Amino acid sequence: MNKLKIITDGILKNNPTFVLVLGMCPTLGTTTSAMNGMGMGVATMAVLIMSNLVISLIKNFIPDKVRIPAFIVVIASFVTIIEMLMQAYVPSLYASLGVFIPLIVVNCIILGRAEAFASKNGAFDSVLDGIGIGLGFTIALTIIGAVRELLGSGAIFGYSFGVADYMPLVFVLAPGAFLVLGYLMVLFNKIAKR
Amino acid sequence: MELSYFAIIIGAIFVNNVVFAQFLGICPFLGVSSKVDTSLGMGAAVTFVMALSSVVAWLIQEYILVRFGIEYMQTIVFILVIAALVQMVEIILKKVSPSLYQALGIFLPLITTNCAVLGVAILMIQKEFDLLQSFVYSVSTAVGFAIALVLFAGIRERLELDGVPAAMKGVPVALIVAAILAMAFMGFSGLV
Repeated sequence: MNKLKIITDGILKNNPTFVLVLGMCPTLGTTTSAMNGMGMGVATMAVLIMSNLVISLIKNFIPDKVRIPAFIVVIASFVTIIEMLMQAYVPSLYASLGVFIPLIVVNCIILGRAEAFASKNGAFDSVLDGIGIGLGFTIALTIIGAVRELLGSGAIFGYSFGVADYMPLVFVLAPGAFLVLGYLMVLFNKIAKR
Repeated sequence: MELSYFAIIIGAIFVNNVVFAQFLGICPFLGVSSKVDTSLGMGAAVTFVMALSSVVAWLIQEYILVRFGIEYMQTIVFILVIAALVQMVEIILKKVSPSLYQALGIFLPLITTNCAVLGVAILMIQKEFDLLQSFVYSVSTAVGFAIALVLFAGIRERLELDGVPAAMKGVPVALIVAAILAMAFMGFSGLV
């Protein structure tokens, strides 16, 4: 398979958020601002790349019957590592993402890619797949976060335009998450069909 | 933490509804909830597993993780416990109560990847609940989940009969409906 295609597929054709509709909980829960969305995307991408790499390396040693529990242990180990690193180096981001960092374990994207790609392909391709899907997820989360931040608090990446008082706060709150993701999906479907 | 049981129950069901305010368990929420019957089944299965796993997780946290000072293993241990528990419940139900197994059976494997179950286990430890509070909290959260699921399924059953624009079919329109429901649930904020 073409190496570049693995990456672009992850961003466009198999975009985890807009096309596969996986990993909805962090998508909705952490995108209150562009920065939070991006932080969550990058954390997930790091776990995804590492778990894809390790699973593709050990896939021949794992009996078929216990493969799912084995995958979960690998993923949970990397999540714990990322959690500790974030707590140490980016404590403010760690605090605002909260419970969603340990919940990367049950993000269906990661287990899904382990099962669908890493357990069938070589180590290098699996890392590329992790980068592609991870980028697709990060880009989607950053866009959703940016739209919500702009509409809800009149700022982008924390840079305020000084119009916060006139913006509908609801976009930063829970309903805005569903609304923005819903309409962005409509937009993505419209563009993809053309 | 001093919190009355009433406050925990109302808070978990309505004010901080697990789906509409905390964004946990969205996958089954979008995937399963297209019929009222299956939503009820899923809600019952989640309530059962969540109540059981919260008690087990609390005991493990208190008597193993804290005692040996290995709290950082929390994520790994909890997810394994939940996965094992779901398997065990499935096997026991099959033997003890085949009729209940028939009703809940297909939903049980799906629950392992329901982030609400792991989320509640982690949240109740963060909130420093005691054993009984944890149990009450997890059951009320599960009831909130079931209410959200059934409400949403009722709307979606009707939505199928309406003409939805092609680009909005399926998930997008479901999300927009969820947004309106979430706004309704915001009305409960400040109640507790």
